[in-house]
Amino acid sequence: MRILVCVKRVPAPGARIALTDDRQAVDARHLPFTVSPHEECAVEEAVRIKEGHGGTVVVMTLGPAEAEEQLRYAISTGADEAVLLATDGSEWDPQATAAALAGGIESLELAGGPFDLVLFGNESADAGGYQVGIRVAHALGRPVISGIKGIELEGATLIARRETDAGFEVYHLPLPAVVAVKEGINLPRYPTLPSRLKAKKAEVASSRPTGQPGGLAMLRLDTPLEVASSTTILGQGPEAAPAVADLLEDLGLL
Amino acid sequence: MSGVFVFVEHDSGSPSETSLQAVALAGALGEVTAVTIGDCPIGGVARHVVIEHPLLSDHAPEAMGEALAQLCRTRSPDAMLASGTERGNEILAHVAAILDLPLAAMVTEIRPSGQNWELTRVRWGGSLLEEASLTASLKLATIAPHAVDAAVGSGEVDAEVFEPDLSDELSRTRVVERVTVSEGITLTTAPVVVSGGRGVGSPEGFAVLEDLAGLLGGAVGCSRVVTNNGWRPHSDQVGQTGTRVAPHLYIACGISGAIQHWVGMMASKNVLAINNDPEAPMVTKADYAVIGDLHPVLEAVVAEVRRRKEV
Ligand SMILES: Cc1cc2nc3c(=O)[nH]c(=O)nc-3n(C[C@H](O)[C@H](O)[C@H](O)COP(=O)(O)OP(=O)(O)OC[C@H]3O[C@@H](n4cnc5c(N)ncnc54)[C@H](O)[C@@H]3O)c2cc1C
Ligand SMILES: Nc1ncnc2c1ncn2[C@@H]1O[C@H](COP(=O)(O)O)[C@@H](O)[C@H]1O
Repeated sequence: MRILVCVKRVPAPGARIALTDDRQAVDARHLPFTVSPHEECAVEEAVRIKEGHGGTVVVMTLGPAEAEEQLRYAISTGADEAVLLATDGSEWDPQATAAALAGGIESLELAGGPFDLVLFGNESADAGGYQVGIRVAHALGRPVISGIKGIELEGATLIARRETDAGFEVYHLPLPAVVAVKEGINLPRYPTLPSRLKAKKAEVASSRPTGQPGGLAMLRLDTPLEVASSTTILGQGPEAAPAVADLLEDLGLL
Repeated sequence: MSGVFVFVEHDSGSPSETSLQAVALAGALGEVTAVTIGDCPIGGVARHVVIEHPLLSDHAPEAMGEALAQLCRTRSPDAMLASGTERGNEILAHVAAILDLPLAAMVTEIRPSGQNWELTRVRWGGSLLEEASLTASLKLATIAPHAVDAAVGSGEVDAEVFEPDLSDELSRTRVVERVTVSEGITLTTAPVVVSGGRGVGSPEGFAVLEDLAGLLGGAVGCSRVVTNNGWRPHSDQVGQTGTRVAPHLYIACGISGAIQHWVGMMASKNVLAINNDPEAPMVTKADYAVIGDLHPVLEAVVAEVRRRKEV
């Protein structure tokens, strides 16, 4: 199995999200970065499939040079190769992103053979466009299913499970296929110290795609109005229990 | 003016609340045509197109996207909207990919400006707003759930049938099986959610949260740290990449209140934080708080609730 996973570098804000003065981006000066949680699970799923069926896992990102950090993290959790499509750090819209990723995948396939499976997150944590994976699938002419929380392989068929309110739905996709997964499909492993050292030395292939802007353009970001709240302190420690029970009664919950 | 098409999701003939919200928003933009896959009586719109094809008798996102794209090619609407649900987002992304058009997902407001739209959409699962411009001959957008009130349509519009030409190959992404899992009280339906974070300390530490949830007819939730530690299954996780809840009371025990957790429970009517840090964001944003170690507090609350239930 040759598997490719697309991951995006995003900041990991804490209690609130601060914006830069020009409101063009999240102020990430004091923030750690991560990959979106859905994509972390996509990498884990790819590594598990490789462990079960053999093969290689390639991770790819479109982002600034610093996104190498996220690619190396993926290698430290079991990916074999990493590809950076380098930008100047500005955010690319979904159409431009998808075109660059599809182009990157096509050139990897020319050099190393087709991917049986291309994995995405269901939506990126920051932009949340719900579309890049589906666009790439159409560009490659492959079947795609989103919102997946379970994957099994049976020969050349991929069995995918998707949650619904009532239970789950099952899909059977012929390989090669594209799947967008959600957190909860697995519990990602943590890197070990030796795997981190190995990842530090790993080679990251890098190229610089050119992009055509699509029709959706971000103008500025805004933080939603916060409703000012005043907290009623019911008490300190176990002595607060009667006050909590009073509250439950007042709310009609007892 | 060919108006605005709205893809309306329905459950065997009854339109979804969030789709009717998209219809309401569309009404301010132009003449509305509701589009359904399979019949579903609908009122309060100018026209109704029912898409019929054997492939579409169950969820089949590729085929549905192709069908809507064909409808757009034949009828050339100015815009097509859907609700920002898992399905709405997915199907419109297919339409966008097939027609090579931009798609704005999770929109809360649309302001036409000449030939273009300026719009507001949510990012970070609702923690951040984005002002954007959408330039396209046919504008595609999904509407964030609960951004506007649903349209209340009266009467019923005569439906016209549209039969798309779909290749059998598209059955490759059609549901082949449905499995029903019945649960009792779920996170999304529970009137009370007793939720635990890193402060709970261990899987066993959740026993007292289970006790309280049981006494109140509620459900147990948790933060991402808890699921990442393997203390609880991901199905319990509340937040941006977990479940969205809106109970009458959300009890956050040992949860700091990171923005990605907060977006998952901010629709709760009341929030009670139990935390030993009075400065924790969850405490300062909550309606009520108890300051202290969560375990003795919860044990005392469980005892007090049991005592009051007995009399
Ligand atoms: C893209 C992205 C998506 C995310 N999605 C989600 C999501 O869906 N859901 C989610 O929850 N998180 C999500 N996160 C993670 C989030 O940022 C936080 O890391 C997480 O919510 C913190 O969990 P916590 O509050 O349990 O832990 P902490 O932040 O460590 O807080 C623990 C709290 O417990 C208190 N405490 C400790 N001991 C006790 C005690 N004995 N008694 C009482 N109080 C005690 C502490 O004072 C502290 O306030 C996401 C992050 C990113 C970057
Ligand atoms: N810049 C990027 N680099 C690599 N993958 C990306 C990028 N942007 C989006 N993706 C992938 O596409 C998925 C959907 O993104 P989006 O359409 O922005 O919600 C993400 O979960 C990633 O897997």
